[in-house]
Amino acid sequence: MSTENPPSLYAKREPVFPRKVKGTFRTLKWAIMAVTLGIYYLTPWIRWDRGAELPDQAVLIDLAHRRFFFFWIEIWPHEFYFIAGLLIMAGLGLFLFTSAMGRVWCGYTCPQTVWTDLFIATERWIEGDRNARVRLWNAKWDGRKVRLRVTKYFTWLLIGLATGGAWVFYFTDAPTLFTNLLNGSAHPIAYTTMAVLAVTTVFFGGIAREQVCIYACPWPRIQAAMMDEDTITIGYREWRGEPRKHSEALKTGEPMGDCIDCKACVTVCPMGIDIRDGQQMACITCGLCIDACDDMMAKIGKPRGLVDYLSLDDAEAEAAGKPTKPVWQHILRPRTLIYSTLWSIVGIGLVVALFIRTDIDMTVAPVRNPVYVTLSDGTIRNVYEVRLRNKHGEERPFELSLNSEAPLLVSLQGQEEGDLTVMVPADSTHLVRVFVSAEQGSEGALGDRTPLRFWIEDSINEERAFDDTYFNGTGGS
Amino acid sequence: MSNNDKQDDVGTTGHSWDGIEELNNPLPRWWVWILYLTIVWAIGYTIAYPAWPLVTGATEGVLGFSTRGQVQEDILRVEEQNADLLERLTTIDLAAVADDDELHGFAINAGSSIFAANCSQCHGRGAAGVQAGGYPNLLDDDWLWGGNIEEIVYTVTHGIRNEQSFDSRYSEMPKFGADEILIDDEITALVQHVRAISGQEHDAELATTGAELFLDNCASCHGDAGEGMAELGAPNLSDAIWLYGGDEETIYASIYNARFGVMPAWSEEYRAAGGLSAAEINAVAVYVHQLGGAQ
Repeated sequence: MSTENPPSLYAKREPVFPRKVKGTFRTLKWAIMAVTLGIYYLTPWIRWDRGAELPDQAVLIDLAHRRFFFFWIEIWPHEFYFIAGLLIMAGLGLFLFTSAMGRVWCGYTCPQTVWTDLFIATERWIEGDRNARVRLWNAKWDGRKVRLRVTKYFTWLLIGLATGGAWVFYFTDAPTLFTNLLNGSAHPIAYTTMAVLAVTTVFFGGIAREQVCIYACPWPRIQAAMMDEDTITIGYREWRGEPRKHSEALKTGEPMGDCIDCKACVTVCPMGIDIRDGQQMACITCGLCIDACDDMMAKIGKPRGLVDYLSLDDAEAEAAGKPTKPVWQHILRPRTLIYSTLWSIVGIGLVVALFIRTDIDMTVAPVRNPVYVTLSDGTIRNVYEVRLRNKHGEERPFELSLNSEAPLLVSLQGQEEGDLTVMVPADSTHLVRVFVSAEQGSEGALGDRTPLRFWIEDSINEERAFDDTYFNGTGGS
Repeated sequence: MSNNDKQDDVGTTGHSWDGIEELNNPLPRWWVWILYLTIVWAIGYTIAYPAWPLVTGATEGVLGFSTRGQVQEDILRVEEQNADLLERLTTIDLAAVADDDELHGFAINAGSSIFAANCSQCHGRGAAGVQAGGYPNLLDDDWLWGGNIEEIVYTVTHGIRNEQSFDSRYSEMPKFGADEILIDDEITALVQHVRAISGQEHDAELATTGAELFLDNCASCHGDAGEGMAELGAPNLSDAIWLYGGDEETIYASIYNARFGVMPAWSEEYRAAGGLSAAEINAVAVYVHQLGGAQ
């Protein structure tokens, strides 16, 4: 750095024109893109029969009715711990994958990467490969440039619209919404969401691209802290590659390394970096430089892997001519095993929780203001607010009963004496006021607190649920 | 690994911690533009919305937004949404409300709020009343003036023993002691009789004397057996429920000084401010009715 020429405080973005590449990792990335985008776009269209009164969409986030449907699973708001558990699993999963394989999430499955990849592929399809795009970038504005740019942004906007379009289908019945969207009768929120997502998708995937990863995303910083010497990440075998061609070595006649400085690894990089500089924050480990370099090595008759997946430990060992560890030793380490164990514990816990929950449920809240009421014949009465939960897709009759050591009578507000059947509508919670009374002078009336248990039985499949509470007597006064 | 080429391009900040140096990378230019944009946005925001504090208030903003106004709008919107339900509540036969789940639920929720705001001061938030003040418990099955829903509506509308409504429920018990209608021993005997008919401990001999006095002085309103009379708001004296208390001292005080419980008329017809509309009275009646004591 020379003092005559101080660095600028602000830098213009250097445009990146990734070149097309073929190879193992590119194929893998195409496959992953197909699967992830396929899941995203198609999931809302899968149907799942839940009975007449429930939606038949396999995956549906029903915000208005506060329900989340996922195939055979239905999550109510009070079961939000499932979501919390899944988030914990997602977090631990990221720890696991990052410590074992570095930024593999960033390189292959992060939506930012997948969509950017899709947008770059579209751009290449419309404007041509790297060289054509660089020429177009530098060209003066003429008819052809305008046509190509308009076509590109229009196509991007369509992709963005489809992205936003798929998003809204997760929140309401997809076929209905699709028809409504077409004939203009859908809710304004649907159109607004689509418009906002279309614009942000084009912006993030088409325009901002690698800058999102470098400047906006916190993951690169966090992940860098979670990687260690054993983590398999992308590296350049500099002991094999250097001195590269075009370097000083050419003039002095020293023996040359395998790197011919063709810059294939640089031109294919979607982040616009040179992997030969070593591991760096901007590298998302997508593996495209490996494909590019392997291709060149094959052409000049050198072994593949000048740029390759390798750990810092192995890089050091290999450079020093020592044996390297097999891959499984990098992956099966105490650290990754601990992550896996924690991940599995949460997962097993969630699955168990999923299977032990019932389709019917009740919660009993005793009315405590006042704790008891004296009736004219001296009967002591307690009131309970009982919430009955029916998760079935149809209305169910629940039979209420009561278990207690002291003789207590139970009746329901607004129903005949002895009629203890409550019809609970499909997929809802129903509140009933339950009166429990003890005759004057009886054990329950004179006692302080008498334990009691409410039972409900679904008359159709005889499923039962209970809740415990107390009957408050006068305490002898 | 090779030296980072960037070091040559941008240099370092000159800081060094344990040999780790900080590259002096320039900010992206758009980042700076976003900073300028946020400043412009902030200026625009303070013009559009209430922002700058002044001596007695703050600038109002050209959009005229206020949180208070937003609440007003929300209230108006909800009232508009509920207009139909309130309308139905005034026209429907109240006994049939319970069959209409939507209307019943609405009436209970609305009634609960109305009760909390207007009735709970005397009757308590849980409607259990306050015996020390003679405020009746609305949860039990004993009703001074009748406990079916129409009677509850009437009581809430017109109140009891007030001067607001000509149609308010009215009756007055003589002050048997204070006005010297009965002498002390007679009142003591009456107390024992009342304790007897309500199934409490009593002096049998005095109670027999009291029984005769009861027929002469009390039965015309409270009934021969002390069963009360809802038309006159005369309490049932033979049950387990006491408005003011069933111990000897309290019964004595009730006979000596009499009681004169007052409840205001709640209909907006009889109140300058804070009155309830017909729909609100119906809602609170439905709420009280379903608490468990109603007939």
